[in-house]
Amino acid sequence: MEIKFVLNGKEVAADISPSIRLLDLLREKFELTGTKEGCGVGECGACTVLMNGKAVNSCLVLAAQVNNSEILTIEGITNGEELHPLQKNFLLNGAVQCGFCSPGMVLSSYALLEENPNPTDEEIKDAIAGNLCRCTGYKQIIDAVKQTAKELKVEVKV
Amino acid sequence: MSKDFSIVGKSVIREDGFEKITGRAKFADDYKFDGMLFSVMLRVPATHAKINSVDFSAIQNNPSVASIITSQDIPGAKKIGMIKNDQPVFCDEKIVTPGDVLAMIVGEDETELRKLLTKIKVDYTSLPTLTDPKKSLDPDALLIHPEFGSNLIVHHPLRKGNVEKGFAESDEILERVYTTQTIEHAYIEPEAVIAIPLEDGALKVIGSIQNPFTVRRIVASVLNLPNEKVQVVQAQLGGSFGGKDDTMCMLSARAAVAALKLNRSVKIRYTRDESILESYKRHPYILKYKVGFSKIGKINAMKIDLLADGGAYCSMSPFVTWRSVVQATGPYEIENVQTDVRAVYTNNPYTGAMRGFGSPQPIFAQETLMDEIALHIGVTPDEIRRRNGLKLGSVTATGQTLKEHDVNLIPVLNKAVSFTNFAEKWKENKKNQTGLKEYSFDQPIFKDEQFISSEKLIKKGIGLAVSFRGCSLGAEGLDQSSCYISVQPDGKVVMLSGLAENGQGLRMTLLMAAAEELGVTADKIIFLENDTSKIEDSGPTVASRGTIMGAAAAKNAAELLRKQLEKVAREVSKLDETDFISFRENLVFSRKKGMIAKFDDVIKAAFENKVELSAIGRYKSPDVSWDEHTGQGDAYFTYVYGCQVAEVSVNTGTGEVYLNKITAVHDPGTVINRLGAIGQVYGGVTQGAGYGILEEVTNEDGMIRELNFDQYLIPTAKDIDEIKPLFLEGNEKYGAWGAKSLGEPTLELGAAAIANAVCNALGKRFYNLPLNLEEVLLGRKLRPQDLKRGSL
Ligand code: FES
Ligand code: FES
Repeated sequence: MEIKFVLNGKEVAADISPSIRLLDLLREKFELTGTKEGCGVGECGACTVLMNGKAVNSCLVLAAQVNNSEILTIEGITNGEELHPLQKNFLLNGAVQCGFCSPGMVLSSYALLEENPNPTDEEIKDAIAGNLCRCTGYKQIIDAVKQTAKELKVEVKV
Repeated sequence: MSKDFSIVGKSVIREDGFEKITGRAKFADDYKFDGMLFSVMLRVPATHAKINSVDFSAIQNNPSVASIITSQDIPGAKKIGMIKNDQPVFCDEKIVTPGDVLAMIVGEDETELRKLLTKIKVDYTSLPTLTDPKKSLDPDALLIHPEFGSNLIVHHPLRKGNVEKGFAESDEILERVYTTQTIEHAYIEPEAVIAIPLEDGALKVIGSIQNPFTVRRIVASVLNLPNEKVQVVQAQLGGSFGGKDDTMCMLSARAAVAALKLNRSVKIRYTRDESILESYKRHPYILKYKVGFSKIGKINAMKIDLLADGGAYCSMSPFVTWRSVVQATGPYEIENVQTDVRAVYTNNPYTGAMRGFGSPQPIFAQETLMDEIALHIGVTPDEIRRRNGLKLGSVTATGQTLKEHDVNLIPVLNKAVSFTNFAEKWKENKKNQTGLKEYSFDQPIFKDEQFISSEKLIKKGIGLAVSFRGCSLGAEGLDQSSCYISVQPDGKVVMLSGLAENGQGLRMTLLMAAAEELGVTADKIIFLENDTSKIEDSGPTVASRGTIMGAAAAKNAAELLRKQLEKVAREVSKLDETDFISFRENLVFSRKKGMIAKFDDVIKAAFENKVELSAIGRYKSPDVSWDEHTGQGDAYFTYVYGCQVAEVSVNTGTGEVYLNKITAVHDPGTVINRLGAIGQVYGGVTQGAGYGILEEVTNEDGMIRELNFDQYLIPTAKDIDEIKPLFLEGNEKYGAWGAKSLGEPTLELGAAAIANAVCNALGKRFYNLPLNLEEVLLGRKLRPQDLKRGSL
């Protein structure tokens, strides 16, 4: 079947078999390999992307479901060679070790800040509770999100 | 220690960070090659079975199947192993554990291949199983590998002094039995590898590989090729923690056999289920301790008997259990010690290397035992450790005198105790201790008002644990490393280490060591892709040896190079012999004249004068010694020390343990990258907490129950409130400026500290990990078969 959707700000179309997952569509058809597969059952969050602004596990979404929607992946967060403040703060805070969970973590945090620019620690933890990380112990990730929220707030004020 | 560093000890962003945070970093499954095929594994749903026949006729002519690969296709070794070659690449006669693979089918469409697997008819006869390690050594036990004549993988004895005499002289004796569980590494990236045929029958392997040199050796042996025909490249590694070693050797070998047979690239990638099914795990231990001590708590004698379940294959069991035998008493000076550590075969999933490597198990036992001793003689847990702890000049259980480094056990303990106000909190909690709510079938655990205010049910606890840990491999293996460094004419520096990055940030640490020594900024150095064809084998990145061995080699390489450049600078700037030259942050200084040149100018001059601009630095470990019969010797050339304090809240109604704060004090020697070091603490503490209260791989007659993250629970962002890392950087003469180890010590203490904290809250002691709800509330684990009992 033929689907159309907006992928990282560009209109795209694809001819897909109805059974494939959004994760496979992104990784295989569009070669956007920043989206990772860690479990395939919606538990690890490595495959997180934004669908119409909401964080979803792309291993649980059928490609057919994204027809007419907007999808944002890690590749769409970066502006050319310029990092998004979240990405920059992930690096500054040491929130990346092996980096396998990082794209998903960034997208879950991105969705949070879009919805709630002023999150508490608890709200940050809730937002990334569906993203497993085996390396970092999460603390530096939480710090990175906090710092980003602070910076973005300052920018808005100015 | 005040050293005047320009970069060492600072927080520096890792050099691969940009690639990773933008999603551009290539992990193994992100590689694709023209004409690449996939390969999927054939298994049978059995634990122990004789394979009578495999009938491929239903799929043989299927157009989706490019080839069927069986053990007949292996040109070389059909069995492989880290230490003992006991693991068949393909099991065509018999399987001894459910992860075993009989054959593979290869083709373009992976999904289709997985469907076709079900059409292959395997005729097999299930055999009796051996899943209880306690029965492995019974005279009538079935043999997992009959060719070895016994299920014993290894036995490490240790004898120091005379334990019987020590017990006779003791005022009190305690005897305890502990158990620890099997756990999974749970790296978030599942295994993946691609084998690519090259010209002249050579082959390249790219994969999620922890130790490229080990993979090269094993692939070469299976293909019957010389080492140089196999090139192994590590993709970005999505976590390993000791886990992507044996399994990746196996997967690489299988992919390589198929790739050579078909002369096409072949990829194997595991689903999470397959990963948990086939990959090795952390050893579960049964630990028996008998300890004799005086009225004031001085330990006279300790008799220790440890049994490790090695599962179906030997893997790293002999080395894992060797660390246990060295460290089993904990960091205490005890005159009389008798330790026996055995690892045995069973039909369970096999067990091997995992961060901690034979230390978290005895630490759980021995550190909770220390708390019991403290209670017996009526002192606080920190005091009992002070009375027995290792100090400069102490003699360990292996007869090694600790000298030539800061023996910082008591300092890390004191720092942790005063920072957390430990003793006071411990006494206060002990006063407020209550037991768990009584639990019976006709009386609900909760009364209504308790639902409303559950605060009454919450009890606070604080507990600590300390450890010493031998750095690097010790007497368990050959210990050396190399680093290559060279400067391009434009002043850019490239370097390459024989030690592989595991995701923890090792490359950045090595890069910083080289930058410091060479006097350049970190952004001037480019780290080359790890490749077995380009640098000497430096041994594996295991045993927290990356920094101590790798940074030392990097520093040595940079030093050789800098000496060359010094000569050039001296000549160009016409300095006299007595002047002193130093390199710092891309500039060159003379003591007499101040700044004399830019680094790049010196390079240019060196290049024009045809001065050699590359160097290979090496580091080999100082001598160690070991007597296998007595377990005596200088086991490791140096040690690190740590103390962790856990503060918990326990719900006395549900048994839930909540981790409020973990304070981790470690002496890793000199810290190189502070950002990375802190990350190691956060990550290690979190894994240790998972081991303490959450994680367990269970099996029913060998079949694993928890095959994905919906069943196998690892800590999430919500499981620990606060972690506080503190470093106490002791002096050390080995390594680069005395930089030692950190990765593993951070993980090994948590479970013991938490168990002691829970006991402080409830007044009840726990002997079995993990301290999950059932263990805390009921004192035993609930298993699905418990529920079945009535219906059978
Ligand atoms: S791969 Fe989608 S949640 Fe794990
Ligand atoms: S950084 Fe490795 S899983 Fe998160």
